Amino acid sequence: MYNDKVMDHFFNPRNVGEVENPDGVGQVGNPICGDMMRITLKIKDNRIEDIKFRTFGCGAAIATSSMVTELVKGLTLEEALEVSNKHVAEALGGLPPQKLHCSNLAADAVRAAIKDYYEKQGIGTDIEIDEDHHHDRGHEEEENIAHNE
Amino acid sequence: MSSQPNARRQVYLDHSATTPVRPEVLAAMLPYFAGKFGNASSVHSWGYEAREAINDAREKVASLIEAAPNEILFTSGGTESDNLAIRGVARARKSKGNHLITSQIEHHAVLHTFEALQKEGFDVTFVPCDKYGLIDPDGVRKAIRKDTILISVMHGQNEVGTIEPVKEIGAIAREHGVLFHTDAVQSVGKVPINVNDMNIDLLTLSSHKIYGPKGVGALYVKRGVRLTPQLTGGAHERRMRAGTENVPGIVGFGEACRLAKAELPEESRRLTKLRDKLIEGILRQIPDVILNGHPVLRLPHNVNVSIKYLEGESILLNLDRMGVAASSGSACTSGSLEPSHVLLAMGLTHETAHGSLRFALGMSNTEEDIDYVLEVLPPIVEKLRAMSPIGPGSGL
Repeated sequence: MYNDKVMDHFFNPRNVGEVENPDGVGQVGNPICGDMMRITLKIKDNRIEDIKFRTFGCGAAIATSSMVTELVKGLTLEEALEVSNKHVAEALGGLPPQKLHCSNLAADAVRAAIKDYYEKQGIGTDIEIDEDHHHDRGHEEEENIAHNE
Repeated sequence: MSSQPNARRQVYLDHSATTPVRPEVLAAMLPYFAGKFGNASSVHSWGYEAREAINDAREKVASLIEAAPNEILFTSGGTESDNLAIRGVARARKSKGNHLITSQIEHHAVLHTFEALQKEGFDVTFVPCDKYGLIDPDGVRKAIRKDTILISVMHGQNEVGTIEPVKEIGAIAREHGVLFHTDAVQSVGKVPINVNDMNIDLLTLSSHKIYGPKGVGALYVKRGVRLTPQLTGGAHERRMRAGTENVPGIVGFGEACRLAKAELPEESRRLTKLRDKLIEGILRQIPDVILNGHPVLRLPHNVNVSIKYLEGESILLNLDRMGVAASSGSACTSGSLEPSHVLLAMGLTHETAHGSLRFALGMSNTEEDIDYVLEVLPPIVEKLRAMSPIGPGSGL
């Protein structure tokens, strides 16, 4: 079902855990949906110096979490905000279609953590995190499939 | 298998999904592919040979559930049997009434068939279950109306293993002049079934769950029960199911039934022992685990637990790498965004349902297999829980 790269990130996840005294914390999804990700950041000179994740979820949820930490580590915050869920899936060499919407929210968790950092610093920000968007979109898709039957 | 680098053992614990064809069954089938290839409807020796093989298989299938051979219709499997029973009765008795009763925890082959009939204008009552997945016969009785024509409640629950009180439900149905169907795909060959004692009018069987080939099943239809055929064509299967018979499949299914009947008492005892060893081991070794399904009224081969704070697929992938095959009722494995409808109907939270694991034991499993699972599962759980942002292990 998953390609080798996804399996590698799932079985050997990078940057698992919590950074000490994080400068930003982001949490998206919830256990009810079956996916929840928590990202903690250490930020120095506007760059992501350290990043760790904790994830409750399926293989794709864990692999995308691991991949996003590799993608954004060392980037400036502006650069990190440009990384999307789609980029994460591409970096993993693709995900099964049913996983693209439901378990692919790692980039959102990073954005949420950066938003938290800005807020703690008193820096104004227009970052929007729609924590439930993946879930709603999934339902729409499900209904569309049902209509086609 | 190449994706199992760390496996020291291959332990297949997904026998509720499917089983391997037993060597005896395969041997019985082989002559009917090329040598004895006749069409059972033909009037010549090739045809007679196929006809005899089907008759012989029909006796064996009937014998397993204490039915008469002419009460058995061969189909393409459990799904077709469920469809034929439910749609067939609904259409045949439409003039008698418009109300159907089933439960919330049926297999999708039953549930979605009732939902389709609902769209066609039938009224359907979906009775609930308790926290063990048990259907209350009294709840079924209360759902019966003057226009009720069919009740369908499964025998052995496929996910959580709870054995439903079908005999009582069948008696209630009979008392009210309502036909009673049960999907016994998971219980056939595992627990004794006597269709007459258990007041059953229609019963679904599948071959590939009992070491027979895929693509073949049967529907028991009590003498006198009328059905509207769902496949029209030739006069096969007493005009109830058109289509040239799958002779090798039917022969294999018959042999699987014969062996299941001969071995049932001993194999059932053996599986129950292994089942309880696995349940006790998991509950003892892993904290924050709950047993799903009834502790006693339970299929001998079913273990279903929820590992809290984890999602099922992540456990399955790790188990597979260690050579262990199981299944889960999490959303990721159900093919939809919702976890198992059965676990939710039992009152589990979404979160706990996502962490469900089913181990379905079978013929090949030994005590050593159970020991192996009890050795590899706890470290997997520990590793994943350390990664999870929820639960006591998260420190959050």
